[in-house]
Amino acid sequence: MVVKVYGPDFASAKRVLVCLIEKEVEFETVPIDIIKGQNKDPDFLNLQPFGVVPVIQDEDYTLFESRAIIRYYAEKYKSQGTDLLGKSIEERGAVEQWLEVEAQNYHPAICTLVIEILFAHKKGSPSDAKAIEESEKKLGKVLDIYEERLSKSKYLAGNFFSLADLSHLPFTKYLADMGKMYLNEERKHVKAWWDDISNRPSWKKVSSSRWPLLE
Amino acid sequence: MATPVKVYGPPMSTAVSRVLACLLEKDVNFQLIPVDMSKGEHKKPDYLKIQVPFYPRFCSLCVCLHNLLNQKASPVTALRPSPIFPRREHLPQSRAICRYVLEKYANQGNKRLYSTNPLEKASIEQWVEAEGQSFNPPSSALVFQLAFAPRMKLKQDMGVIKQSEEKLNKVLDVYEQRLGESRFLAGDEFTLADLSHLPNTQYLVSVTDKGEMFTKRKNVGRWWSEISGRDSWKKVVDLEKPQPPKSA
Repeated sequence: MVVKVYGPDFASAKRVLVCLIEKEVEFETVPIDIIKGQNKDPDFLNLQPFGVVPVIQDEDYTLFESRAIIRYYAEKYKSQGTDLLGKSIEERGAVEQWLEVEAQNYHPAICTLVIEILFAHKKGSPSDAKAIEESEKKLGKVLDIYEERLSKSKYLAGNFFSLADLSHLPFTKYLADMGKMYLNEERKHVKAWWDDISNRPSWKKVSSSRWPLLE
Repeated sequence: MATPVKVYGPPMSTAVSRVLACLLEKDVNFQLIPVDMSKGEHKKPDYLKIQVPFYPRFCSLCVCLHNLLNQKASPVTALRPSPIFPRREHLPQSRAICRYVLEKYANQGNKRLYSTNPLEKASIEQWVEAEGQSFNPPSSALVFQLAFAPRMKLKQDMGVIKQSEEKLNKVLDVYEQRLGESRFLAGDEFTLADLSHLPNTQYLVSVTDKGEMFTKRKNVGRWWSEISGRDSWKKVVDLEKPQPPKSA
């Protein structure tokens, strides 16, 4: 039985799909229609009590939170595919640090921008201009730190592509949709890093594939 | 004898206390080097030198693995506090430090905190992430608004308080259900997932009137009593109390 990934159309789930491809792990996808409220069905809530995606099922094992899922598969399949965790405890520490930075510093800022600019109509209230301005400033500050970091090492955790870089792929893609790619492009090392990681075959496959939608 | 890990920062910081709890559970010797924010010690060049410069001016507490990874003999966990504390968007990387400590010291102290079994470990990670993504934002907003803003003579934002309380209630409903199925979040043992909740909850329960959110829920209340009653956490709480002045 292959790994099932629920909610493949959503950005957080794409984090998982890229990881599985990098690790050469077979998977199938199960679409979840959030507009129809499938994520609030009791059956789904049994898998993911917060009612969000993604969640995976691997035989009898269920796991939610995309960053927990990618950690699990990166470890489980450490000896196959791309090594996403580094070669020592110290390298792993660096991966964890930058993955945490993505989760706690990068993600909240970019997620607010995405929701307010691209999905305001879905949240049922008008776009919050103040939140957009503040989030863009915060994101800029994080990217300044990344610029400094990436001037010293090719990827965030060191000279190897890792979970920390991978985790940035799904939401950073939205910068183009929002017309905010300049945030990357005006920073030389961030731009080089983004050009590199977004051209990985795994990301190109995930970002360009259409996962079947339920009619 | 291993050189003690140096932890810089005030123990009242939720980031610092998370790391201290972890070090205590793992029987790792540490040296707490208080940094007196009111005296601007966090802005002194020597202190700033050991930082990865995150949010230089506004940052709440930043925990940096920089030296931890670069020093073989004496790993240093450096924390950079600031008067503005704690904003969700400035959360430090204390969880990354905890993960590192748990891997590095896997063979000593409490070995059940972070299982070596991949399935169990992933389940722990699931709930650590849930803490970071779902529990932390509303709870730390409440901690800031109710515990710190008054101390810092900042105006409280009633809208944020109300919204955060609503969000936190929803999360605690999920926890109430989960903790009716298992003793701790990730299973039958106390793990990093539970530990990660200690700092914010401690503030809410002991310093604000929102403690009821935890104590009125049967399973959450039972869980909170158990995890906050651990020796390691009691020691951390003790460290947060004002220390008596050294005699001349």
